[in-house]
Amino acid sequence: MVTLEHYLVLSALLFALGIAGVMLRRNLIVILMSLELMMNAVNLSFVAFSRYLGSIEGQIFVLFVMVVAAAEVAVGLAIAVAVFKQRGTININDISLLKW
Amino acid sequence: METILFYVLAVVTLLSAVFVIFLRRPIHNVLFMILTMIGLATLFILLHAEFIAMVQIIVYAGAVMVLFLFVIMLLNLEEIDLPREPRPLRWGFGVILSLALVVMLFPVFKSIAPIITGVSQNGDLAAASNLDLIAKELFTTYLLPFEIASFLLLAAIIGTVVIGRKLTKS
Repeated sequence: MVTLEHYLVLSALLFALGIAGVMLRRNLIVILMSLELMMNAVNLSFVAFSRYLGSIEGQIFVLFVMVVAAAEVAVGLAIAVAVFKQRGTININDISLLKW
Repeated sequence: METILFYVLAVVTLLSAVFVIFLRRPIHNVLFMILTMIGLATLFILLHAEFIAMVQIIVYAGAVMVLFLFVIMLLNLEEIDLPREPRPLRWGFGVILSLALVVMLFPVFKSIAPIITGVSQNGDLAAASNLDLIAKELFTTYLLPFEIASFLLLAAIIGTVVIGRKLTKS
């Protein structure tokens, strides 16, 4: 029997992996991918709650999360391409212009 | 049967997520990310959220990951030197911090999970297809967020075009 806890633990592990990716990797594209991973982890717990609470709201919220994720990826990758055109690198250690 | 399926899918998803984070070449990261998305979509089917699973495959594995692939090939990251990976100290630090996050999350689950025992037998959700239920809710209760989401997508389209266009002296 698969309980809600199983899904929540899986979701937490995926989220932690996404966090680790954001903290460890220096490649802008991989960092964007890790953000996607975190959003997917949250989606998983939304759908699991929707199933175990018997309410459809979780699945509707997942749709909105997907909209936000798609918009974020489109703009983020456009920024990555623009930065690469200007700087010739996507290593975030070299793109620290706005860093105080 | 369901339990075995869940564990197999969970292992596949977690392993490919680990590969997404720790493999060096971006193209491998993207391919394993697609595997992660498909694993998650099958988990959604296991949770009886078939529509979300299909959207997951079409939007994420189809559109978003293809966008990533395009950008990686556009930038030709195999040719330029890949970004230097951080020192072992920072690796250790990051891994410890994310493990700390997991450890902090577990008590929350311990408090939530006993409240919700077993699958809810809500009549609406137990029906064969939840697609009409989603549609009904989306176009009545959540109509305003739906419209706002479409505006957000429009803004993202315009923003992408503006950021991505070639800078010309006006």
